[in-house]
Amino acid sequence: MKFKVNGDEVFASTGGRPFDKKKPLIIFVHGSGLTHMTWVLQTRYFAFHGYSVLALDMPGHGLSSGESLKSIEEMADWVSDVIDSVGYKEASLVGHSQGCLVTIECTAKNPDKIKTLSLMGGAGAIPMNPELLSLAEDNNPKAVDLMMDWAHGPAGHFGGHPVPGLYHINTGGMLAKSRTIKNTLGVDFRACDNYKNGFEAAKKIKIPTLSILATGDKMCPINEGKKLAALIDGSRVEIIDNCGHMMLLEEADRVLKVLKSFVLENFPPKKS
Amino acid sequence: MTDKKNKSTDPKTYKFDTLSLHAGYQPHKNAGSRQVPIYQTTSYLFDDVDHAAALFNLERGGHIYSRISNPTVAVLEERVASLEGGTAALATSSGMSAIFLTVMTLCEAGDHLVVSSQLYGGTVNLFRLTLPKFGIKCTFVKPRDTEGFKKAIQKNTKGIFGELVGNPGNEIMNMPEISKIAHDAGIPLIVDATYQTPYLCKPFEHGADIVIHSLTKWMAGHGSSMAGILVEGGNFDWMQNDKFPTMTKPYEGYHGLSFAEEFGPTAFTMKARAEGMRDFGPCLSPQNAWNVLQGIETLSVRMKKHCSNAEEMVKYLLGHESVAWVSHPSVPDHPDHELAKKLLPNGRGSMIAFGIKGGKDAGVAFINNVKLASHLANVGDTRTLVIHPASGTHSQMDEATLKFAGLSHDMIRLSVGIEDIDDIKNDFEVGFRAARKPRLVSNQ
Repeated sequence: MKFKVNGDEVFASTGGRPFDKKKPLIIFVHGSGLTHMTWVLQTRYFAFHGYSVLALDMPGHGLSSGESLKSIEEMADWVSDVIDSVGYKEASLVGHSQGCLVTIECTAKNPDKIKTLSLMGGAGAIPMNPELLSLAEDNNPKAVDLMMDWAHGPAGHFGGHPVPGLYHINTGGMLAKSRTIKNTLGVDFRACDNYKNGFEAAKKIKIPTLSILATGDKMCPINEGKKLAALIDGSRVEIIDNCGHMMLLEEADRVLKVLKSFVLENFPPKKS
Repeated sequence: MTDKKNKSTDPKTYKFDTLSLHAGYQPHKNAGSRQVPIYQTTSYLFDDVDHAAALFNLERGGHIYSRISNPTVAVLEERVASLEGGTAALATSSGMSAIFLTVMTLCEAGDHLVVSSQLYGGTVNLFRLTLPKFGIKCTFVKPRDTEGFKKAIQKNTKGIFGELVGNPGNEIMNMPEISKIAHDAGIPLIVDATYQTPYLCKPFEHGADIVIHSLTKWMAGHGSSMAGILVEGGNFDWMQNDKFPTMTKPYEGYHGLSFAEEFGPTAFTMKARAEGMRDFGPCLSPQNAWNVLQGIETLSVRMKKHCSNAEEMVKYLLGHESVAWVSHPSVPDHPDHELAKKLLPNGRGSMIAFGIKGGKDAGVAFINNVKLASHLANVGDTRTLVIHPASGTHSQMDEATLKFAGLSHDMIRLSVGIEDIDDIKNDFEVGFRAARKPRLVSNQ
């Protein structure tokens, strides 16, 4: 659906079901240069099981208008504004990669607004490889190819996706190339590289938090994710083996199973 | 010294020959079976009612019923998508069903397509005679008439379709220019690249949006199995205009789902499967999918040999006294020779059309007397194949349509196999001798 946030038109997938304000809200925040479509194998379950879902296209990404936001702090404020704009007082957040930095920051700043936090392939800081950052800022499509290479684990490079016929490395690459690379991936990578508040923000988080980490994650290595999780009181850590950073595409079913269990326990849908 | 071949910023994603053998399959998820298993089953157990509902609602990936998807077929689909550089693919029971599903996913009654005139005869009949019964009309344009494609576009046109190298005359569509025409009009370019396989050309790199193959041909390669596939490039924006409401508007068949919004770069394939395969049902058998996978494992090896043999045959035919003309993109005076260099850098393919001196009678005598080359209605076998299109593959066309499609009565269509090249030439000598004395030989 489309709606306005701070005057700009925003697109979010509602998981294939009408947006219903009577249901609890889960917001999904994508990673660098990507779009709402990375969440398609997680959002539809929640939309069909008692939740209102918003898988966002961040400003300047996917089908959202405006320009890409230049810092993680701005993105975190924007996610909080999204919650206000759709008329909610609280929401559960799910983030992937850069989306983890955004949701950590948002949760730390809005402790009463965010009820649960789910982090996939997260870390307290995501310093960028200088060559990758430079390629993205130079609008070089090789940045996307490299990201897709590094973001998929050894098994993921072979394919074998649960959705019949979908070849996920090319699908992820196409999402990242759907807008001008330097304006999406380039800006996002720079924002990740500049962000230094992740560990401090994590210490402030007191809500139920889940970290889903992958053994083959080269973008945010598993130990970095564990380091972050250790700073969050009572954080639950789930490990997906034989999988890389793009776990939500590579191992969509296993990720959904873990996420489902956590969200249903800590942010249950209303009984009808 | 810098090792340019192994720079840290070179992506290490697998390359063509590796993908041909491995893409789409993980042994550790299949009992460690090194070979892709043949899932010879109609249907799949649900864990519970919630799991069943999730599959039917497209909440998660998985298999329900082999008409819609099958694990062996899915490996083939991913493998071809990976080789083409596409986002997703849907395999079908034949190349024709892949074309039909593509059109039915794209169009509704009242819509229109612009279509290249040089196509396999069955495809011509689909567009000329069968689709109008569904209310879908087509305008045919000669493949080299690039401007003609532009002029033929109407308000209700939903796409441009063509064979990259036309069957049987070897005319090449100027894919980069025609894709620009299509995209300027906000419609996709659909390319049948059966003759090329992704080894010779990757149409997405030249502007195509959907690629179709009859996998029966070079991809499977051994003349054993029927199969087809449609592959999505993932780059076409279905939401840029209001031409594709069935892609962009809520679809009643899946609780108001918008395929374009929900599935983006894989929206077309998702719709073709969820609606087209569900409702029309031209599914590929797992056994045939497996047979095609065996062929794809050696695709690049075979294509190199097909192309080198074809180039040898072109030289032989050009120098032969019984041959009136030869059409193959490797011939320097072929009108599309330069375009072929750009679009087909790994080889110009193994389809040759040639005219035999003496016209139809000579052609018939030639076909009836070659022994190694097989006279049959197929192309892309490992074995050399010949046919006389005017009396075979394109025989349902009337004189005017034959002429418009560029077919002459002296034309022989040759699909060069991978036999020893001298044996093919020796066999052709027998055919040509008979062609010079058609009555004597045909009476033997």
